[in-house]
Parts: sequence; structure tokens; C-alpha cells
Amino acid sequence: MIAPNKDLAKPATFDVRVLRQAGPGRESKWERFRIPYEPNLNVISVLQKIARMAKTAAGEKTAPVAWDCNCLEEVCGACTMVINGRVRQSCSALVDRLLEEKPGEIELRPMSKFPVLRDLVVDRQRMFRALERVDAWVPVDDYLDRGPGPKESQEAQEGRYPLSECMTCGCCLEACPQYTKVELTREPGETDDAFEARRQAAHDGSFLGAQAISQAVLFNDHGTGKMLGDERMEALMGPGGVHACGNSQNCVAVCPKEIPLTTSIARAGRQVTVYSIKKFFDR
Amino acid sequence: MSEQRVLVVGGGLAGLACTMKLAELGVKVDLMSLAPVKRSHSACAQGGINSVNGLTRQQGDNEWKHFDDTVYGGDFLQHQPPVKEMTEWAPRIIDLMDRLGVPFNRTQEGFRDQRRFGGTLYKRTAFAGATTGQQLLYGLDEQVRRRKAEGLVSMYEGWDFLGPVVDDQGRCRGAVAQNLVTMQIRTFKADAVVVASGGCGLLYGRSTMSMACNGSAVSRCVQSGAKYGNGEFIQVHPTAIPGADKLRLMSESARGEGGRVWVPRTPQDSRAAADIPDDERYYFLEERYPEYGNLVPRDIATREIFDVCVNDGLSVESGKQCVYLDLTHIERSELDRKLGGILNIYEKFTGENPRDFPMKIFPAVHYSMGGMWADYVRTAEGGLDPGNPVNQQTHVPGLYAIGECDYHYHGGNRLGANSLLSCIFTGLFVAPGVKAGIESLGAGATDEQFDTLHQKTLAAKQAEHDALLKQAGDDGENPYEIHHLLGEEMTKAATVVRRNDQIEAALGVVNDLGERAKRCSLSDTDAWTNQNVVFTKSLRDMFPLAKALLKGALARDECRGAHFKPDFTMPGLTSEEPAERRRQAESWCDAFEEKNKKWLKSTIATFDDAGEPTISYEEVDTSLIPPRPRLYGLVGAEMIEEVWKERQAVKEAEPAAV
Repeated sequence: MIAPNKDLAKPATFDVRVLRQAGPGRESKWERFRIPYEPNLNVISVLQKIARMAKTAAGEKTAPVAWDCNCLEEVCGACTMVINGRVRQSCSALVDRLLEEKPGEIELRPMSKFPVLRDLVVDRQRMFRALERVDAWVPVDDYLDRGPGPKESQEAQEGRYPLSECMTCGCCLEACPQYTKVELTREPGETDDAFEARRQAAHDGSFLGAQAISQAVLFNDHGTGKMLGDERMEALMGPGGVHACGNSQNCVAVCPKEIPLTTSIARAGRQVTVYSIKKFFDR
Repeated sequence: MSEQRVLVVGGGLAGLACTMKLAELGVKVDLMSLAPVKRSHSACAQGGINSVNGLTRQQGDNEWKHFDDTVYGGDFLQHQPPVKEMTEWAPRIIDLMDRLGVPFNRTQEGFRDQRRFGGTLYKRTAFAGATTGQQLLYGLDEQVRRRKAEGLVSMYEGWDFLGPVVDDQGRCRGAVAQNLVTMQIRTFKADAVVVASGGCGLLYGRSTMSMACNGSAVSRCVQSGAKYGNGEFIQVHPTAIPGADKLRLMSESARGEGGRVWVPRTPQDSRAAADIPDDERYYFLEERYPEYGNLVPRDIATREIFDVCVNDGLSVESGKQCVYLDLTHIERSELDRKLGGILNIYEKFTGENPRDFPMKIFPAVHYSMGGMWADYVRTAEGGLDPGNPVNQQTHVPGLYAIGECDYHYHGGNRLGANSLLSCIFTGLFVAPGVKAGIESLGAGATDEQFDTLHQKTLAAKQAEHDALLKQAGDDGENPYEIHHLLGEEMTKAATVVRRNDQIEAALGVVNDLGERAKRCSLSDTDAWTNQNVVFTKSLRDMFPLAKALLKGALARDECRGAHFKPDFTMPGLTSEEPAERRRQAESWCDAFEEKNKKWLKSTIATFDDAGEPTISYEEVDTSLIPPRPRLYGLVGAEMIEEVWKERQAVKEAEPAAV
């Protein structure tokens, strides 16, 4: 193995190319920014510097780049973007590492599977809607005092826990060949509600994706959660369900939380098969 | 009256708990949040959530002891009834979260596992790996989504709360807010507004808090008539990973699971940590606090780490203040099972594996104990009157404060793993009262009579926004630069150690920065997804809170909880001679009583139209547990305690003699 060239990784400045878009449906264009090098930068601190400069590498005035972030600890899922061609969280993308991979330049693009709102900000409502499609919750009777939940083995908890770390960041969907962008434009005279209803219908017919399938499995593994198992099976069998997965395994490779997504998908597939046989005989 | 609605502002643990409980009670809720609720800062909480449990009960623990630990930890600066109520609810809250599917760690028999946390001697803390906050948040988020699917909850994610709408009688009738994408400003008619907007860490520039924790929602409420309590009490977490953009939390659970804090006895010892023999390591917390060791309460741990680095010059590195937090003696499989989440964070953000090398950590601003003043109604037993509309209500009727942005539960210093509890508790507890409150109203917010009021408030906010957008150009101030300077000043003057001259100087600087913030010019004047204008507005609203914090800290000439002024410490006993030592203990206790007479009071800030705070004080209800000295590590603590107990016994005997 060739040791990385440390000097190459520590230039006086480095460039950041950002794919910018002023709003939905607008044309996108690249803009280049020049950043003074400091040790221990991450992509968030680079974007903060760009906001403060608001000037391109050529010295032209420009609006600060819009981007999404919140916790900066890789646990909220907000700051997903495509960095040097790979989808990931920008808070944990360390500049030193990125420059080792590709000296002198970092490239930032918004995720391509969701409608761009502005620059690096995308609309990921479809992911949250997918959680509704698979009833991703435990149907408790009420929030009164009824004692503890079902007893659970260490093994079962350790199986559920990683799935429950999914932060709805969307990396798995960006990497998935079967997950395609759904972007609608508003028709003249269409009301908010009518547009929303049309959008929801479009989302509901499209592929659920690894994230929601894995959440369905998570709730089927819970003592009370599985009481909605049949409803979840109907969703997983329906249009855009688990059968749409092409088993490319990309999702699991990019998941920042290392969630065993392909195992979830395989389990969901088996549960659906068992359910459909049962349903056939129950007719 | 038309259909009634409640607006909840903030989708963290408190806001979600409140929303789901209101929905269960059949109340329609609009839930508003800057970020999608699943991305709220609560997700960052790591270690766990406290309650008395079956196991600790058998060791003599009970709700009263949890209550006692909380008020003792908070240095008695809490009204006691709300805290008592919270600790009584705690076991039920953990059970509920368990029912909602939160994957709490399990014992080999399948029970919920518990760990120990700072400030307590019992294993009271239930946990889900090292991402308990994330797991609890998701559990509540799932219930809210379920209620949304049922049609009881409407979500407004990506909206910035611009302020409450207050009528001529001073009652809250809704709120104005702005969409972060379309920049549309509109009003939300609501019969009650529950604010659960979290802490204000961004006043310090960098903290362990998320980027949404800028205090703007609270500031907009206090500028509309709510009051602010105990602003100067800011918890500085002992262990965080210093970073350029953010200080990342390293949970107390690392110490709860056996992590040891140390520095080499030789300043800046150049050897690798593993090569330094045990007798050349200074385990300063264990040596100074043998009973609690590495699990002393947060304010103490913070001060000791600060002291060892700044005063003793024993920082591990010469260019950076830090101490070792060492887990390398614990078995790897054990670490991965119980602390995997936080260890991965350290590894990801520093590139070093904490399973092999001790972590380098330093204190960081972490939690605001203070917040909006909120009311309560106590029962004869000393708890809260359930379902009473006054509970958690601010000075503005119909405007409620819950979660980190209310001032009730943590006093001078918050116990670890009590924040998740206070957030979920206030969220669940407030709901029936809010419902009762809106049902007793004579008029509803959607009544025609309030239309003009809503239109007027909307027009004012729209004008403010338009004026700000016009402030473009190269000659004005840069909001990001001003925020950076504000953070530096606040960190210097108002974190671990506070000196009056520094605070006074900081007030001057902050005043100037506040003036400069009015002259900000925007580099982005777009009318679509303009983060620049949203940030500038929140920056301006940081100043009233920053000033209240500094003024409160300047006035409070004592040490209490997280508020530490070296000029006003009460040193331990010096004499070894028993009679003299006894006499010293007596005068220590006299001084302590004097100090409490003067300072055992909540700081209350009231704001004028310009956002300038005025400080006054409020008596604290300490009727259930009499205040006693917090004596961790003080020389002569046993003697002081003995004297104090004798005095208490005399006092308790007095009423009977009358």
C-alpha cells in the first residue's frame, strides 16, 4: 500500500465546487469557492465559511449556499448530501480525508432522488410518508399507566436496536437504483390541499425503499407492534412494496449507521411470502 | 364557538409528548418545528432517563430520594412541588416508553437494564445503548405520526415561530410563523400555544446543542410579555470533544460504565497514555471525591477538569485544554454493547479509536437550566394539581412553556438523565390542563373578533421581514461574524468560572454587538429559502436572552450549582483542633444561612419593548425538603454536616414546643 501523501493533503487553500439551484425546477449551475486550509475541518465548517464569505473563487459576489443541518453529530439525519460522488452526512465528512481521496478539490451536490428546494436542500417528505404507509408505530391502547411493555430478551433487543437507529437521512435511497425521483410541479390554480393530495398519491404508488421496509420489520419484531403485522404486510405486498427491490445491495453499503438493511429486506420478503400463503389458504 | 385548536412549537421530546397526549384527549393540534421533528435536538441525548425502579427500591430507594437527589443536585433552587410530581411520574413514564417500543437495554433475564449516573448512588437510569434520546424521540415521533394519520395532528415542519399573537386582554390567541422554504408569513389561530423550543446553546457560539437551539422562540415570547427565570444557570457538561464547528457531547454514561478521568502527573507528558504507569497518573476525581469518584455531579466534575487544566497546568496537550477519559481497561464487547453509539461518534470525528486510546475531552456548554417562567398549582401533599390549566403557563395566559425552555425542574444544576424525564413529563402532564383551559374560554381564537388582531400582528412581522431584506450591500455588518463574537464573549465571561469585572465588560461588548446586529446587511436577498434572513432574525433575538443571562450572573454574588464565582466561595475548615473546628463549622453554617436568606431565590427577568431585561427575584418553595449545604469534597464536610443536622433537629422540634 502506498502511504497517502501528507503534504498533498495540507495545501494553503483548497476549492469547493457546489452544484447550485435557486429553486425547484430552476436550472442548476456549478459554483467554485476557495477556502483557506485549516486542520480538522469538516464539510459543515466549510459551508459556514462560505456563508461568511459569500464570494466565489473568482471573487464574484454570490448568495451563501443553502444547506440543511442540525445536530452535527451524525444522529439527526439532516445534513445528507453527495460529497465527492458519494452520499453521506456532511458533518462527519472530514476535509483532511476528502483531500486525501481527491487532492485540491471537494465536490458537493444535492441528493438526486429528492426534489431540490434550494442548492443542497432537498425535500425528503416522501420518506416520512413512507413510514405512514407501513404503520411504523406500536399501536398502544392509550398513554395511561399500564405497567411495562412486553418482556424482551437481550438477543431480541440487540436485533431491534440497530434498526431503530435509522435517522431517515436517505443515503440508502440515494444509492438505490430502484428508487427514482418523484417531482411534481404545481398546476395553475391548484390549491395547497389538492397539490398535497396529488403528491401523496404519487408517493404512495412509488417504491418504499430500504428505510421504510426496515422500519416495518422493526415493528413486526416488537411484541405489541406485530399486532399490526397484517396491515404492514399489505403495504409491503402492494405497489412499490418489497418486490420492487432489485437486490443491488447499494443501500447497506452507504448506510452511515451500518443498519443491516439487506437483512431487513430479505426478512420482509420472507414475511410477505408466508403472509400471502396464509392469506391464500384463509380465503 | 368554532373548533378549538392548540399550537405546539417544537418537536423534541416535550413537544411530541404534549402533542400525542393532546391528540389522545381529542384536541386538534398543529405541531410546528424548525426541522422535521425526527431531527430535533432531543435525538442527541445519549446516556439515559432516570426513575426509581424495582431494583433500586429493594436497595432502599424511592421516589422521595429521587426528588431529594434532584433538588440537592440543583442546589435547592427549584420550587419543590413540580420536581416531586416529576419524580413520582418517572417510573410510569419509563414503562410507557417501554410500551411504545423503545429498545431499552435488557438484562439476561429480559428485564430493562439500568446504569448509574452522576449525583446518585443508585442504578436509576434506563438506557437504550448510548442513543437513548434518539430512541425516545423516535418512540414519541411514531405516536405523533400515528395521530397525524388519524387526522388529529397537522404538521408544520420547516416553520420558524416568529412570536405569539396576544390580544388586548393579554391572552395568547395564536402565533405568527414563517415558512423556511417559501418564506411565506402567516398566522396560526390557536386557543393555547405550548412552546417546547429547547435550550439556547447558540448564545455561546459553539456548544453541545444543535443548530436549531438558538433561543429565538423563547426570546420572541419574552419580548411579548413572558418572563424568564434563572437565566444565568447554564450547565457546562464536563466531557465533550472540542471541534471547530461544534463541541460534541461525550455522555456521562462513559463514566457511568466505568470510564476514568485522569491526567499525567508530569505536565504534558510526551509518552503515549498506555505507557504511563498507574502511579504517574493523577485520577483527580477519584482522589478528591472518594465516595462519588468519577460520578460526581456535573458542575463539580466540570470545575475540577477546568481547575486541573487551567490552574494546575496539567492539560494533556500543551496547545489545547483537555484531560483523558479512559475506557481502555473495559472489555471491548462490553463497550460496544453499552456505549457503541458514542464511541463511534468519537472515532468518526477525531479519527482515533477510544477502545484503544483514552479520549481527550474538555467541558462544553450543554444545557440551560433556566427558561421561561411558568406557573403551577400545588396540592396539599406538595405535588401538582393535575389537569389544572395554570400548570406550566407563562405570564401570558394561554402561552405555555415545557421542556428545556421552562425554568422549573433543574434549579442551579441538572442531574444527568433528568432532562429526558423532565421533557416527557412536562409534555404529558401539561396536556389535560391545556385542554381544560381552552374548554373554559368564553371566546375561541378563530372567532371573527380576533381577525383584525391576527392581521395586524402578521402585517408587523411582514414589515420587519421586508425591511431586513432591503438591508443589502457591502457596508453593513455580517451576522455570522457578530454571532461568532457574541459566542466568544459569552464563553469567556459566563461559563465555568465567573468574575464580576469580566461579566461587566461582557455586558458592554454584548450591548455593542446588539447595536451592530441591527445594522446587519444580508448577502442573500432572495425571497425563497433564504437562510441568511432567518439566521439574522434569530441572531437579533439572542441579545435579550444573553443580556438577561449576564445581568443575572452579575447580580448573583454567590456560588450555586453551575454558577461559580471564586470571589464568593465558602472555604472549608482550617483548624485541626476539635473545639475550634466546631466553632468554625458553626460560623460556616451561620454564613450559609445568611447566604441562603439573600440568594436562595429565582432570578426573574422582565423585558421592555427594546428587549432590555430588568432583574428581580422570586422566593423558592422549599417547604418539602429544607435546603442543606452541598458539601462535595469540602474540607471539614463531616463537621459542618453534623452541626447542620443538629440545627435542623432543633428547628424541627420548635413547632411542637409551641
